[in-house]
Amino acid sequence: MSMRRIVAAPVLAFVFAAGTALAQDSGLGKPLTESDIKQWDITVLPDGSNLPSGSGMPAQGAKIFAEKCSACHGEAGKGGVAPYFPALVGGQPLTNGIDTVKTIANYYAYATTIFDYTRRAMPYNMPRSLTDDEVYSLTAYILALNKLIGDNDVIDAKTLAQVKMPNRDNFIMPYPDRL
Amino acid sequence: MSQWRRRYGAPVLDFAAGNGLINRRALLGSGVTFVGSLAAAAGTVTGAAAEPLADAPWSLAVGEIMPAVQTPSAFEKDVTRALSNPNGEFRTSHARTPHHRLGGTVTPNGLHFSINHGGIPNIDPAEHKLVIHGMVRQPLEFTLESLSRYPLVTRMAFVECAGNSAPMFAKEPLQTTVQMLHGLVSNAEWTGVPLSTLLDEAGIDPTAKWLVAEGADAQFLDRSVPVKKAYDDALIAIYQNGEHLMPGNGYPMRLLLPGYQGNMNVKYVRRIKVIDRPAYSYFETKNYSQILPGGKTWRFHFLMEVKSFITHPSYGLSLKQPGLYAISGLAYSGTGRISKVMVSADGGKSWGEAALQGPIQDKAFTRFVMPWRWDGQPAILQSRAYDDGGNVQPLRAEFVAMRGEASRPVTTPLGFPNQHYNSITSWAVDSAGEIKHVYA
Repeated sequence: MSMRRIVAAPVLAFVFAAGTALAQDSGLGKPLTESDIKQWDITVLPDGSNLPSGSGMPAQGAKIFAEKCSACHGEAGKGGVAPYFPALVGGQPLTNGIDTVKTIANYYAYATTIFDYTRRAMPYNMPRSLTDDEVYSLTAYILALNKLIGDNDVIDAKTLAQVKMPNRDNFIMPYPDRL
Repeated sequence: MSQWRRRYGAPVLDFAAGNGLINRRALLGSGVTFVGSLAAAAGTVTGAAAEPLADAPWSLAVGEIMPAVQTPSAFEKDVTRALSNPNGEFRTSHARTPHHRLGGTVTPNGLHFSINHGGIPNIDPAEHKLVIHGMVRQPLEFTLESLSRYPLVTRMAFVECAGNSAPMFAKEPLQTTVQMLHGLVSNAEWTGVPLSTLLDEAGIDPTAKWLVAEGADAQFLDRSVPVKKAYDDALIAIYQNGEHLMPGNGYPMRLLLPGYQGNMNVKYVRRIKVIDRPAYSYFETKNYSQILPGGKTWRFHFLMEVKSFITHPSYGLSLKQPGLYAISGLAYSGTGRISKVMVSADGGKSWGEAALQGPIQDKAFTRFVMPWRWDGQPAILQSRAYDDGGNVQPLRAEFVAMRGEASRPVTTPLGFPNQHYNSITSWAVDSAGEIKHVYA
């Protein structure tokens, strides 16, 4: 019993020392600066932080949408072949059932999600091909189609986060202790 | 100690519950007695074989040339994943695991379920980079080569899509296989670097609460993950069942968050940004949050809760004749280890405790087995899992009362009326041995 303890103690000390050395002098992670990462860092937060410069309006977005988006999402975002190419306009109340189709207007908590996802993943077959101004314009167009902004509103890094999404306060967390 | 005794030439069975469920201790007793009794009950040891045994042709010639990478026998050609998008249309693709054609607990790599929202990227491992930045002292870049130099750790873990079993939200039970109902969960041995090691090396800000993990796929799929989980048991996995990850499972590296929604286990992970609040990415905003009865919605659900289903027998595997069978299936929990699985053959009127095949591991598949003598009468087979955190798989009535049912008819197992279904599955055996999916 005591023999085992005597043997075990130095082994543990060695493992601990090795772990500390690894963290301090490992050299396995190559140091970068945030400017090295700038092109990759496309994460937009709900308060609008990390949005790029640029802007767009609904009318500009309508033109881009007709050219690059309507083949899948339908004319004026009314939807393509359901459920794969969802409508971007409208939406039923969530009280209709647990299988209500989730849309931007009836579901999204933050408008920043529209910009972020469009910029990172759309158009489906040519991701990251849109300019930031084009993404702002498309975001403005989709928000205007849903009457969440006016037809003459400008969407940019400041105004996007100010759009109040209807379902924002409807979310609850089942496991808050896991955060 | 054998639970089976011969008396007047026939076995006497120790029944654990109604409709022929046999005490699991029969599996621990004399194997010879069990096998003998099984054969006797099935009525196959009466008289001599119709023809004398002869040597088979494959025994009388030299076999085939050994391949460099072996694949299953040609006789196993039907053991395949079920594809939702075989022609690669511009939409999400799903491949479901054929649980009714597999045994044990390890999902073979070729049959591990896979979902890709923008196709499978063809990544050159020498060029792939993983960046950790944001609220850290020093942003860092890692490669497959540099990650491979850390002391790697290995563990079993199931990965389950939050939409697995979604057809079970239908008001009427869909007549389809366990593969189509529950094929979006698989279990593998994963090897990689603890994410905590990499975060510590970068020097994480103690006020950081979240990280955003992003993949190198065509959607740059990203999810917000609590830092708490990252320090609990998260890995950057680079091996799957001993070989580098399958392309559909994240080659060359993925985030592994044992017990959390499959979608959060970001594949092809290229960037982890440490932040102080969630990003509300597309997938956590829309697909992977749930509408509740009454219209409230759950977000940041994360946890795949305790669950089990019977794989043998199940829909499509009819029983040929009355006699002894092993009811077998899979149980798992995102909170810990399986502690017990109860099985019923009479639609939940009575339950017997199944044998668990060890080792029983944290957040991993455990296979359960229940010996059963089918007397040729109708039976309804169910399983119900319990975990070591005190969680119990809900009965269907309990589950539906809390989570509801789809308001519209569900006509295909490929749709997702809602998510996070973990209630029980019921297979009804009729007197002809055919098996249907029922709610009971």
